[in-house]
Amino acid sequence: MENTNNGAPLIQVRNLKKAFGELNVLDGVSIDIKKGERVVVIGPSGSGKSTFLRCLNCLESATGGEIIFQGTNLLDPKVNINLHRQHMGMVFQQFNLFNNKSVIENIMLAPMTIYGKKAKQEGKSKKEFEAECRENAISLLRRIGLEDKADVYPSTLSGGQKQRVAIARALAMNPEVMLFDEPTSALDPEMVGEVLELMKELAQEGMTMVVVTHEMGFAREVADRVLFMCDGVIAEEAEPEKFFTSPENPRLRQFLQSIL
Amino acid sequence: MFFENLWKRFARAFIEQNRWQMYLEGLGNTLLIALIATVIGTTIGVIFAMTKYINRKTGKLKILSKIADVYITIIRGTPVVLQLMILYFIVFSGWDNGIMIGAITFGINSGAYVAEIARAGFESVDDGQMEAGRSLGMSTAQTMWHIIIPQAVRNCLPPLFNEFITLVKETAIVGYVGIMDLGKIPGLIQSRTFDYLFPLLIAAILYLAVVMVLTKILHILEKRFSKTDRDRGGVKNGKHK
Ligand SMILES: Nc1ncnc2c1ncn2[C@@H]1O[C@H](COP(=O)(O)OP(=O)(O)O)[C@@H](O)[C@H]1O
Ligand SMILES: [Mg+2]
Repeated sequence: MENTNNGAPLIQVRNLKKAFGELNVLDGVSIDIKKGERVVVIGPSGSGKSTFLRCLNCLESATGGEIIFQGTNLLDPKVNINLHRQHMGMVFQQFNLFNNKSVIENIMLAPMTIYGKKAKQEGKSKKEFEAECRENAISLLRRIGLEDKADVYPSTLSGGQKQRVAIARALAMNPEVMLFDEPTSALDPEMVGEVLELMKELAQEGMTMVVVTHEMGFAREVADRVLFMCDGVIAEEAEPEKFFTSPENPRLRQFLQSIL
Repeated sequence: MFFENLWKRFARAFIEQNRWQMYLEGLGNTLLIALIATVIGTTIGVIFAMTKYINRKTGKLKILSKIADVYITIIRGTPVVLQLMILYFIVFSGWDNGIMIGAITFGINSGAYVAEIARAGFESVDDGQMEAGRSLGMSTAQTMWHIIIPQAVRNCLPPLFNEFITLVKETAIVGYVGIMDLGKIPGLIQSRTFDYLFPLLIAAILYLAVVMVLTKILHILEKRFSKTDRDRGGVKNGKHK
């Protein structure tokens, strides 16, 4: 199906391949993701969902194909991947908050480190720039309702709080797109809601999102498109209504039955 | 009569001609050698451990990482007394600063062991920490500096201090090439008094006392560093905002 003309794709994935030794985990994945689009990826465990997301921001180096992000092929070895990652937020199943930094430092670190030099060139003192980053971090904390936790360490937070901080940390870089890899899978059930709620807010504000999840409710409610990943390819792709009510791929039908 | 005799032997070994100063000087040299060796060893060990860590994470620094392996194999596979003789009689044969040569020898030697300590320190940092840093667009170096190294160092401090304690004792062999550390003093005094008993006893007691004090400090360190941030109230620098 061709894209309609409401915006050029933000990410174009072409025939993406990834092998770990003999194991072909991604076997030719192609997809366009438009700006503002919410794409949910589901599929059985081990089907390559995490690998797909990790390839998108080059945490895994793909073995073939193209990932064109804002007009640049990220798989070109000459590309400075750090520059592109700055526009791609990633949220991990295990949160991966920086253990040696307080909550607010977790949020401030990347902007301070990455844009510190530029701020200096613009004639800002280190203090001014830090104050700016802090202010931004505080407003993010206020937004996720954790302003009072600014100075505590991650080890004292609940899982749901950790994941919300991790999302805020990624947002601090003002990314063009957010990648979520099973953001609620490591959470106690009572904490899943608060994280999904925050993600829904992001979606409403028009954030481009690629979300790997087993939360079918979220997929139905938020997704523009749902992908079914199976054996390293996108085996089915449809808008949620069609995806859940009249799936074509027999593996998908089986998968949906197994999780309902 | 018997005790009077003992007292005389003690006095000859420790008090006469201000001989006690020799022990203190020797002890000072021993601590100095151990300290410099620890600094050199830590520098070498951390650089090599970091090289291997980055090599494992990114595939970069392949040659340096191989060099680290060869170094560790050679140093661990040969007796330290031979390493000392090679440096003292061959490499630095024209240099008369025995203390520095001893310190360098033990620094180089200790580096191979510290590399292992530091490697364990780096490995104990969760892989997700590096990935999170990189996913935000920070470089490997920036992530190492702000995230990985502070956590690795924190994990390493107690074993590094332990390495220092070990060096205080092990460096006693520098006397072998005539360096005036605490281990060398008893022989020196015996050559004048023809009596080994008290010089050896006194040197041993001094070693033991220093090691016991240092071990006490190590235990305090270990306690401090095993405390999680939660135990510290989970608040940075104990301050609430
Ligand atoms: N670093 C790795 N080395 C080797 N095999 C891997 C690695 N990462 C993932 N795999 C394998 O790739 C397959 C897909 O993994 P993954 O992308 O994590 O699946 P999913 O996220 O869909 O559960 C699995 O068989 C997994 O064992
Ligand atoms: Mg996964």
